[in-house]
Amino acid sequence: MPCRQLIHHMEAAFPPRPSQRAIHAEYSMNETIRLSKSSSPGVAASPSFSQEVASTSKQPIHTCYQCGNCSAGCPAAFAYDLQVNQIMRAVQLNQKDLVYRAKSLWLCLGCATCSLRCPNNIDVACVMETLRHMARAEKKATVPVVEKFWLSFLNMIRTFGRSYEIGTMVLFMLRSLRLTTDVDLAPQALVKRKLGLLPHTHQGREAVGRIFTRFHELQCKAREGR
Amino acid sequence: MHLAYFPGCSAKGSSLDYELSTQAVLNALGITVWEIDDWNCCGSTPAHAVSTELSSALCARNLDLAAKAGADQLLTPCPSCLSNFRATAKRLEDPDFREKVNALLDTPCAETLPPTSSVLQAIGELVDCETLAKKATISLKGLKLVAYYGCLMSRPPELMHFEDPENPMLIERMLEALGAEMLDFPLKTACCGAAFGIPKRPLTAQNSGRILELAANLGADAIVTCCPLCQMNLDLRQAQAEKAMGRHFGLPVPYFTQILGLALGIAPQDLGLAKLVVPMDALLPKLAPKTSAPNA
Ligand code: SF4
Ligand code: SF4
Repeated sequence: MPCRQLIHHMEAAFPPRPSQRAIHAEYSMNETIRLSKSSSPGVAASPSFSQEVASTSKQPIHTCYQCGNCSAGCPAAFAYDLQVNQIMRAVQLNQKDLVYRAKSLWLCLGCATCSLRCPNNIDVACVMETLRHMARAEKKATVPVVEKFWLSFLNMIRTFGRSYEIGTMVLFMLRSLRLTTDVDLAPQALVKRKLGLLPHTHQGREAVGRIFTRFHELQCKAREGR
Repeated sequence: MHLAYFPGCSAKGSSLDYELSTQAVLNALGITVWEIDDWNCCGSTPAHAVSTELSSALCARNLDLAAKAGADQLLTPCPSCLSNFRATAKRLEDPDFREKVNALLDTPCAETLPPTSSVLQAIGELVDCETLAKKATISLKGLKLVAYYGCLMSRPPELMHFEDPENPMLIERMLEALGAEMLDFPLKTACCGAAFGIPKRPLTAQNSGRILELAANLGADAIVTCCPLCQMNLDLRQAQAEKAMGRHFGLPVPYFTQILGLALGIAPQDLGLAKLVVPMDALLPKLAPKTSAPNA
């Protein structure tokens, strides 16, 4: 089949990196996820998954007809192990484990190109974000370094009320043990005074701290209730 | 009209030059804004990546402050802050969601919130291109530029209501009126790689690299931006993008306010031009006072 051949050539030209191989072995680029795969070992279907994603994201998941427009314009596609249209299909088919295993969820840039170009007006970026929320709630973030960066950033806001770039970097380096993150930028950033050396403080920081405290309390309660 | 102003965190750090030039340009155009007292971070991407309610609570506190100060409109230079504000205002229309957000706040958020807008769009609405051209003292003739808007200025269109979401032209119209040659730029709304420069550098280096490469191939003198994160990725991280693409660009990446400011005759130091990592100095000699002849 010429189409298969083309995919084969493309994959030969752009071999998946080792981290992508696990899912690629099951689903090649552009391959639609087939129903029959739901019976393959280790990929159990979770009956209400699709409904849950649809109701949480308020998006008509079922209207996706796999045109592939979302993936065609996705700027992170080159780094994805499962393309965004494949994720949509996997959601339709209740393939929760497959979706949560995908690194793509955590590499999504949130650019909303997919949402703009979906002919069925599905806010695909919102679906991706909903999936991240759901996966985090089940402690299934498969690219911890991205999550660590977010949490480092939020920690600074919780403390200072506003973002504090150097603080975020230092905390992130400690948490991810990547101590050389962006050191190549430091000389220019410092000479051009691109980074404030000290956090700017303001009275609102305490009010912001209280927002975070209440948020964490509610989260704990929700977890206990589950 | 009471225009409240939300600078955003980057204005006090990595995009101090955007802030300086925004203030200078607003001033020169006679647009008065009031910075809201005691504002806090909008939460940026990390907050909404973690929780919609948390993100909206952080935004709602700012919107509430603006509402209580009697603002008719809230302006921000940053498209990401704007997008978070707009998404929040929309979500707060749902009473259940509003209740969840109020539960996180010290005091419930005001029922009626002021509309929000970007500084770019506000300038476009308040000052038409003709007036802009009349106020200019320096001609941009001889500058070949591309305008780069990034993702959030126009997406999602239901929230942002900014031009044609695939082909915004506002910066082009403004700078063309001031004499610049604006090149067609197909990647004007492509993603620069967002905040992934820190945790996953290749995502940012590749995407920014593509944008820089196209601009360089088109023969642009500079890429004109309106987003602090895009500007940082294309300017401060340009060397990383060069590495990813295997070629040198050396392309200056000024904010639209810096270019507007130059045309309005504002001194480079008052526009923070020295803060650009890839300097614009080589382009400044091209700028000359407008001659009195029409069309100059
Ligand atoms: S663009 Fe829309 S319809 Fe097409 S594959 Fe993506 S989500 Fe499905
Ligand atoms: S929002 Fe995410 S999935 Fe959609 S196009 Fe952008 S990077 Fe791809």
